[in-house]
Amino acid sequence: MTARTSLGPEAKLVDRTVLLVVPGVCLVLMLFLYPFLYGLALSFTGHEGFGLGNYARFFSTPFQSQTIATTLWISLPATLVNVGLALPIAFVTRQHRLQRILTTILVVPMTLGTVLIAEGLLIYLGPQGWLNRFLLITHLAASPVHLTHNYWGVFLSLVVSGFPFAYLLLLSYLTGIDPALPQAAATLGASAWRQFIHIYLPLLIPGLAIVFCLSFVQAFSVFPSAVLLGTPAGPTRVISIAAYQAAFEDYDYPMASAIAIIMAGAQLLVVMLVLTSRVLFYRGPSGGAKG
Amino acid sequence: MRTGFTTSPAQQAARISGNGLVWLVTGLFVLNVLALIAAVVVNSFATRWLGTWLPDGFTPRWYSSAWTEFQLDSVLIVTVEVVLAVVAVSLLVGVPAAYAMARRDFRYKRVVLLLFVLPLLVPPMTYGIPLATVLYRLHLAGTISGVILANLVPAVPFVVLVMTPFVEQIDPRLEAAARVFGAGTLRLFVHVLVPLLLPGILAAGLLVLVRTIAMFELTFLTAGPDSQTLVVALYYTVFAAGVRAGQSVDAMAVIYMATTLVWLLIALRFVNPIQLVTRVKQ
Repeated sequence: MTARTSLGPEAKLVDRTVLLVVPGVCLVLMLFLYPFLYGLALSFTGHEGFGLGNYARFFSTPFQSQTIATTLWISLPATLVNVGLALPIAFVTRQHRLQRILTTILVVPMTLGTVLIAEGLLIYLGPQGWLNRFLLITHLAASPVHLTHNYWGVFLSLVVSGFPFAYLLLLSYLTGIDPALPQAAATLGASAWRQFIHIYLPLLIPGLAIVFCLSFVQAFSVFPSAVLLGTPAGPTRVISIAAYQAAFEDYDYPMASAIAIIMAGAQLLVVMLVLTSRVLFYRGPSGGAKG
Repeated sequence: MRTGFTTSPAQQAARISGNGLVWLVTGLFVLNVLALIAAVVVNSFATRWLGTWLPDGFTPRWYSSAWTEFQLDSVLIVTVEVVLAVVAVSLLVGVPAAYAMARRDFRYKRVVLLLFVLPLLVPPMTYGIPLATVLYRLHLAGTISGVILANLVPAVPFVVLVMTPFVEQIDPRLEAAARVFGAGTLRLFVHVLVPLLLPGILAAGLLVLVRTIAMFELTFLTAGPDSQTLVVALYYTVFAAGVRAGQSVDAMAVIYMATTLVWLLIALRFVNPIQLVTRVKQ
């Protein structure tokens, strides 16, 4: 892997090359780790001095503490839908000639960002939007369906931005599975469905767990669409809105830091749950010998 | 695929209808995504659009009014400044770091790798608030430098992780040869590595560019009135949409979309879309 064998004796040279990593590490330490630790320390300060005051205040105020449930109630179903849709679609399209075009189309909403998706959904799903007009003339709905400024607007924006991400990740996991394994199964007479259940799915479990965690973490920190497409004062007051308001409307930085830490903690908890339950399934190489 | 030479016709039919269902869902999703983008574009050209399939007429005038109303020239200048600075610094810092990560084994390498992976896994909202607090204490928040610093947090690790496999593809004997002829690390970089890595550097730079244009949370948390990028300005206009004509908000959205899309399409010429999310290829 490394060139050290050919450069071995010149230990000094090796050290200098390793030093190239220092500016990057310093930057991450100063702008990522230090602020995080600073925020952690700040979250323990407050009017009553050093302690858990901010955390106690967060959990004893229902208006604040229920944001955790609100956020979970939006992000968990959205993640399940995203991963649940992405798995069969990635499986069916993995060797299709349209796959490259499809992936390109799906990358677009991902990079346009949540603000544009929110604005687009506001028009498209609005009471006079194309979707409602279509539902009305086909008599699929008797009156316009309310999909904006409520739970569904935020949910749908999470699907639009989250599904492509889950799909592209799963696609790369799927294409990394050694094709000799399902071929062997096919030789022994396994149908496509049985190949999927007995070969692909067990090998995909670690990848699925990672995709679920990453999708969930993204959905859990939903912010702009919860403000623009939801009802930020009520049913879609997610935890990032609470953190933002504490920091930039109340100027209560210790409280804002505490909420950010609680947010990170909640995400970590779900991630740990998913990753530990993964251990119950097959663990081992899925790629086989590649290249 | 040589499958199913023993499957029954019923199984085959089930498989085909299953595939059909999956394709139907895919088609519906793509159709809706295209429709929501089209809705923004159509509305940005509409004279009046109330209760009909298409607007009464089309006009380009919302673009000029959006341009003056939202002071888009100054917003665009800020956006270009921020994006170029972030791309330049993240490449300058990230490419050498990626080289060291690809070529050397050292103590605490796993810790360093974790440090580079974490900012990409933790959502910006979580670390953005403490970061903004620190930047406010340093009187850097609300300035362009503060916005650039905040955007470097995900950009540098992204460059490191995208560039590492590119470096690994290069034959180490080329570097050894340059070393034998007495090239120092700097000359090695300028004359051997950078020319060989150019496609990778271009791809990483373009992806950082697209990601920085679209990065809402970090810029939103650290920007002041004079240091907003396009996406944050767009958020504020959508947020306060009631005051202004919806069409000029959408004209701004289309300008934003166009700036991102052009660069994205260029980037897609160099990288497989799957690499946008998987980052580390083995």
